[in-house]
Amino acid sequence: MVEYFNIIFLETYKILFLLVPVLTAVAMIVWLDRRVWAFVQKRRGPNVVGPFGLFQSLADALKYLFKEIIIPASSNKIIFILAPVVTMTLALIAWAVIPFNENFVIADINVGILYIFAVSSLGVYGIIMGGWASNSKYPFLGAIRSAAQMVSYEVSIGVIIINVLLCVGSLNLTDIVLAQENLWFVIPLFPMFVIFFISALAETNRPPFDLPEAEAELVAGYQTEYSGMMYAMFWLGEYANILLMCALGSILFLGGWLPPIDAFPFNFIPDSLWLIFKMLFLFILFALVKAIVPRYRYDQLMKLGWKIFLPLSLIWVVITASYLFYFDLLPGNKL
Amino acid sequence: MLAHSLFFYVFSFIAIFSAIMVTASKNTVHSVFFLILDFISISCLFIMIGAEFLGMIMLIVYVGAVAVLFLFVVMMLNVAQQKKQWFSSFGSSKHIPLGVLISVIIFFELIIVIGGWKYKPEVVSSITKSQNTLESNTHSIGNVLYTDYIHLFQLSGMILLVAMIGAIVLTFRKRAGLKRQSYFSQISRERSDSVYLADVPNKKGVDIDG
Repeated sequence: MVEYFNIIFLETYKILFLLVPVLTAVAMIVWLDRRVWAFVQKRRGPNVVGPFGLFQSLADALKYLFKEIIIPASSNKIIFILAPVVTMTLALIAWAVIPFNENFVIADINVGILYIFAVSSLGVYGIIMGGWASNSKYPFLGAIRSAAQMVSYEVSIGVIIINVLLCVGSLNLTDIVLAQENLWFVIPLFPMFVIFFISALAETNRPPFDLPEAEAELVAGYQTEYSGMMYAMFWLGEYANILLMCALGSILFLGGWLPPIDAFPFNFIPDSLWLIFKMLFLFILFALVKAIVPRYRYDQLMKLGWKIFLPLSLIWVVITASYLFYFDLLPGNKL
Repeated sequence: MLAHSLFFYVFSFIAIFSAIMVTASKNTVHSVFFLILDFISISCLFIMIGAEFLGMIMLIVYVGAVAVLFLFVVMMLNVAQQKKQWFSSFGSSKHIPLGVLISVIIFFELIIVIGGWKYKPEVVSSITKSQNTLESNTHSIGNVLYTDYIHLFQLSGMILLVAMIGAIVLTFRKRAGLKRQSYFSQISRERSDSVYLADVPNKKGVDIDG
């Protein structure tokens, strides 16, 4: 019995050690997003609360906490309350398999990449539930749009992941990073990296693909009826998902925690910092895209997903597989 | 081992409970949510017996894609009304024999399968390949699927492809008078296609349609 408690205590400690930094990072990243957005438009952005406005997100969170939670009378109450909880939970549980360095990962499972893929494909339920349970036109439209959008772009993300897996020969995220010791996959698979980045934008409902919450057409999409802390939970979940996509992108293509060159000034910096740098780099790209690209029309979005990205990534699977097969580079039967 | 069996009972209880609720709940959307819960707990059971690949694929395919489309259809069509009628109207009793027949068939199939497992274990071991415990089960599935059963695998792929093409052909219709965007014609448009210089006679105007 003591043994069980020991295990539970140790695991809880590890989980807290991961989740508290992740949640803090989410708050900081919201600030960074708004700052980058503002700098592109020659504004200052939030710069009042704390140094450089760093505590703006904390102030926002406090404001949300003290606001009243309004539940619409005609809504489906259980599902209405469940929706932000589902979004938030799914955004956080995926972090369990992200390796920050060779030893620090909470669950080093064999099918890590499939787990992340499964959890991110479940993410659509938070949005559908929220949109449907609100029992109102705009949230429902937003929910239906996002369902179609996320299902479509998941397909191309799946095919891109297959490309990487062909080069690695394992579904374990640590193995995927270790396979890039000599060459980051962003170099041989550069077109796939670009498509992955754009699909990740669509998957996390970021601009230019933020049609589920297109404020010009749908008020705030699926979040229209939400207020107070429930709205903030959607918001936190969304940003945690964005951060997760950045982490996934850096693990699949940018070599995870590996330094660019394994020589003195680079390998002096701790491994996990490298992963954080890469995630920040990808996130700043996300923020820049938000600032400079106008929103897509819905039919253009679907066309891009099904008629361009899917065939392109499928063709690339064939090319990668034939190349590896011809030059006998296919990874063997690794455990 | 205690925790293992505890989790097994928790997940299987949730699976059975949600399977019952799929048919029992009045609201159709709730039924779909219970179906999703059922899928999730079944995939947990898969993971518990060490078939982590199957469990994850179950989550991705059924929960991530199929159930979303279910939910889509159920939310769009007002099935809730129909379901209420189905259960409460006078004509509901005529569906009972069919339902009973199907349940009896499924029940006997299950008995045959489980009975075979229980009383003739050599049948199971003769048609299944023993797993090499040294490799992960993703590798084992791949090794069997792409070598011994490649024809069956491709056949099932063909069946899915035919079904997909059939569905597209059935629902695809070209409507007349619909304006479509063509990137090609937009990009390849020249100045001469749309702009010309006209000498406009005084007080007569120019015929813009010509």
